[in-house]
Amino acid sequence: MIEVCRVAELPPGEAVRVATVDPPIAVFHTEGGELYAVDDTCTHQDASLADGWLEGCTVECPLHASCFDLRTGQPSGPPATKPIRTYPVIVEDGVIRVAYSEVAC
Amino acid sequence: MRTAAVVGASLAGLSTARALRQQGFDGRLVIVGDEPHRPYDRPPLSKEFLAGKSSDIGLRTPDDEALDFDWRLGTRALSLHPRDRSLQLSNGQTLRCDGVVIATGARARWLPGTEGVNGVHVLRTLDDAIRLRSELVPGAQLVVVGAGFIGAEVASTARYLGADVTVIETESVPLARQLGSEMGLVCAGLHADHGVRLITDVPVKRILGASRVRCVELADGRQIPADVVVVGIGATPNFEWLAGSGLQLADGVVTDAACATGLPEVVAVGDVAASYSVYLHDRHRAEHWTNALEQPLTAAATLLGEPRPHLSAPYFWSDQYGVRIQFAGRRREGDTVRVIEGNTDQRSFLAVYERGDLLVGVLGMNQPKLFSRWRRQLARPVLAP
Ligand SMILES: Cc1cc2nc3c(=O)[nH]c(=O)nc-3n(C[C@H](O)[C@H](O)[C@H](O)COP(=O)(O)OP(=O)(O)OC[C@H]3O[C@@H](n4cnc5c(N)ncnc54)[C@H](O)[C@@H]3O)c2cc1C
Ligand code: FES
Repeated sequence: MIEVCRVAELPPGEAVRVATVDPPIAVFHTEGGELYAVDDTCTHQDASLADGWLEGCTVECPLHASCFDLRTGQPSGPPATKPIRTYPVIVEDGVIRVAYSEVAC
Repeated sequence: MRTAAVVGASLAGLSTARALRQQGFDGRLVIVGDEPHRPYDRPPLSKEFLAGKSSDIGLRTPDDEALDFDWRLGTRALSLHPRDRSLQLSNGQTLRCDGVVIATGARARWLPGTEGVNGVHVLRTLDDAIRLRSELVPGAQLVVVGAGFIGAEVASTARYLGADVTVIETESVPLARQLGSEMGLVCAGLHADHGVRLITDVPVKRILGASRVRCVELADGRQIPADVVVVGIGATPNFEWLAGSGLQLADGVVTDAACATGLPEVVAVGDVAASYSVYLHDRHRAEHWTNALEQPLTAAATLLGEPRPHLSAPYFWSDQYGVRIQFAGRRREGDTVRVIEGNTDQRSFLAVYERGDLLVGVLGMNQPKLFSRWRRQLARPVLAP
């Protein structure tokens, strides 16, 4: 488990990049109030998805605009073709934690 | 339409072929490309690929297998005959087709008289990049002719590889036409930050050397020693093969905003197309990656009888010296530019271009998040005719 931040520190519509793990992950708080954790680096080239545009449960990559579904990690269309990895998120005592592992889940 | 032919097997051609299938075309789909390689992506050729950091540049995916394309690689289209709807190919075949997608892109321009001199390169194709990479060894003296985006990226990558780099630019400020002088100077500053010499305001006169390049002579008589030269002075559309086809050719293959040419069932996309842009209220040949990815959706719809204009604002990015530059919209003479976040000295900022109260352009350096947000405000046609 890695500790990300308090829920109160990540308002809806925002994302945070966690660079203490390699590869880094991104945690999103959607406008709908859900929390998702995924690999931060786009599977297409080198861009940080935490910098992307969050809409509903999808994030649009800031470099070439591939969209990823945060629930499944699947890209909706080119140029990205490979999914990003997703990780379970748990909130305990107001703190966001991610069940990070080297293996995909 | 039973048979569609796509000429040009790169980003725009492959994307149009995919879009045709996605939009329901189930006829025969032939893709003709003169390069021997499978389709690959060009932006990494001046960046990760040239640096040797990544060789993963193929554009084809496993999903393409199901789309049933009939590939003709290593084959050039020589001419288009609209009367009997056929393409003449370099392998001697005549390809009859009902629909044609012209996606032949552009090729790099050479300095007159320097083609074939050992050590002098342009950078457009995979083969160009492989040849250049083998010469960018530590300590090599590289002269880059042209401080545009490609020239700047090559300078940056060569510096990373340990070359000694000089960039020569005819204009007084690089990129001034696209970004204006103020922001052009900021981009030019990146060269100095990294110990690359930038010489402006002077054209190259000639390249000297017998069996191999020895130096670059400038119009003012200065001689810059060189082991390797990269000429990055722009690109010319590949449309000569269409002479006599009846298509209107100007700075590229002329199309309307839906990629339709003057001939029925013939569309043009990507770097070769001079398309009317609803966004710019002007005809425009975009030499940018995102255009070559987006126009195909429009072009496929047009071929399938449902034309709809392509609306988005032009967008491009460039990576130099670890700095990501992104620009969307278009700047014209007289527009004002304002830094609204960050600081140009820190090479991390967002600037907006305004024409009166209209937001007409957004430039970001190492600010992808803010850039994404501001770019959205350009997402509709804002410019008055
Ligand atoms: C080194 C480099 C770096 C770049 N970096 C960036 C960047 O960072 N950001 C950005 O926005 N853009 C960048 N670009 C621009 C981007 O790559 C182009 O806009 C894009 O490749 C255009 O795609 P296209 O399919 O229209 O044309 P092209 O990629 O030029 O493909 C056209 C294809 O058609 C083939 N062809 C030509 N004539 C014929 C014929 N008669 N018959 C059959 N085949 C033919 C050509 O050989 C070629 O394979 C870069 C380009 C280069 C060269
Ligand atoms: S880097 Fe994300 S789509 Fe290209």
